[in-house]
Amino acid sequence: MSKLLKVDIQKKLKEFDLDVNFELRKGCLGILGPSGCGKSMTLKSIAGIVDPDEGIVSFNNGDETIYFDSSKKTNLKPQKRNVGYLFQNYALFPNMTVEENVAVGLSKDDDMTIVSEMIKRFHLNGLEKRYPRQLSGGQQQRVALARILAYSPDVILFDEPFSAMDTYLKEQLRIELVNLLNDFDGLSILVTHDRDEAFQFCDALLVLDEGKIIAKGSTHELFENPKKVQVARLTGCKNISKIEIVDEYHVKALDWGITLEVSEKISSNITHIGIRAHDFTPAQSDEVNSFDTINATKLEMPFEWEITLANGIWWKFEKPIRAHDFEIPQFLKVDPKNIILLED
Amino acid sequence: MMDWSPVFISMKTASLSIFITFFVGLIVAWGLIKIKNDSIKIVLDGIFTLPIVLPPTVVGFFLLYIFGVRGPIGSFFLDFFSTKIAFSWSATVIAAVVMSFPLMYRSARGAFEQVDSNLLDAGRTLGMSEWKIFWKILFANALPGIISGGILAFARGLGEFGATAMLAGNIAGQTRTLPMAVYSEVAAGNMGSAFDYVIVIVIISFIAIFIMDFITIRKERQWR
Repeated sequence: MSKLLKVDIQKKLKEFDLDVNFELRKGCLGILGPSGCGKSMTLKSIAGIVDPDEGIVSFNNGDETIYFDSSKKTNLKPQKRNVGYLFQNYALFPNMTVEENVAVGLSKDDDMTIVSEMIKRFHLNGLEKRYPRQLSGGQQQRVALARILAYSPDVILFDEPFSAMDTYLKEQLRIELVNLLNDFDGLSILVTHDRDEAFQFCDALLVLDEGKIIAKGSTHELFENPKKVQVARLTGCKNISKIEIVDEYHVKALDWGITLEVSEKISSNITHIGIRAHDFTPAQSDEVNSFDTINATKLEMPFEWEITLANGIWWKFEKPIRAHDFEIPQFLKVDPKNIILLED
Repeated sequence: MMDWSPVFISMKTASLSIFITFFVGLIVAWGLIKIKNDSIKIVLDGIFTLPIVLPPTVVGFFLLYIFGVRGPIGSFFLDFFSTKIAFSWSATVIAAVVMSFPLMYRSARGAFEQVDSNLLDAGRTLGMSEWKIFWKILFANALPGIISGGILAFARGLGEFGATAMLAGNIAGQTRTLPMAVYSEVAAGNMGSAFDYVIVIVIISFIAIFIMDFITIRKERQWR
């Protein structure tokens, strides 16, 4: 059955105005943006925790349910929306056991066997009588997910689920969440400021900045061709420079003091270029787009070298774990194809 | 032989007044944290807190003004129920409630505000009714703070003197509570019987605190 979540909301906030508008038909949509850009506010408006000033939020899976419509003064309570919300800190009820937490959304008429099903599905057997504080971070997340799924929501909203975790736990829980999303046949939205999470979970992405959508499209497309400076930065492009156009295929990178050849014809609205830190290779002095590395500094990471050039360019060079010696090549180059043209 | 009536009067007054104060304090605190307009919030908070800031005799004066036979509520009760509120046992309860209310209300409010608001929102997105959210999440998680507010309010009600003296007087067998009895005995030069009352009041206070602390600590242990 086809599903459709429509969101078109405006809300005045202290620092900026939120104005978000999108439709979601399947899978998981990512909302990527720096902190305080209105991502969480968008999710809360969908769940009904926060009221937008104006706009529409509706869900359709055969029948249309209007969650919010300012023109008709409709504002369905969060209790009636059937939207699951995974909070950043999980918001488990500390005074209830695992079992009670999972069952909390069910009413007396509901089939209680779903609680034991969820306990089993999320590998929480044996922990039923424990309280949230007695659980590890991973177990807490599983309880929160079990609690949401026991309630069988139409839409699940994930509010920066991994932001407060150490790297090891994060990697484990990501796998669990990917599996869960593959099984879940409803719609979901994941809000994050982390490009890796957005890339892993979401087929489509919205990039939000100061309450406005600055880019939307398929995840792969946005990462390959971010088009805008902000988007490039959020998708993890380390090197971004203001440019001066020299001719149709050459630009002067003002921040780096070098002139580079590009593979696409430059239009006048291009103001910046971006180069990903992995896209440089050692070169000879006379090759296209090569430049010297005098006064570069190197920093060793477990699996890569991070080299910072005197002009501020970052280069990341992969290495085996056991290699600890590295001579910075005298010259580096970048393939014209790998220079991303950006608009401000 | 010691006159036990002040003990019974005080127990009755303190029990009924803590019962009223507890629930009214909770509900008012809940209502207040839901108000979004800050200036309304500040004004209401000021009114509810006033009784602990003002001298008890001043509160008693206001109460006498309202509940006295010529006061708005006092005359209403006199006309329709032919009862006088001032200088009756119910006056001791009113004085105790008014004087202990701010302690209960402020503690409950503080305890409510400490509860992570995400928990309440999580309850809402899981379809829990507002009433269920209040009792099972807000109240349950604020319990330690609420109980300590309850202890303070109970102690304040039990020890209430100034406003009680103004509104209820010091009528033996009717409105003479333990603190009143202590005062009267000392005034009459009977240090011995004053001492007996003092012992009783210390014991009651200690038991109350012990019971409530015991409940709180056990409850908290369970979750941690």
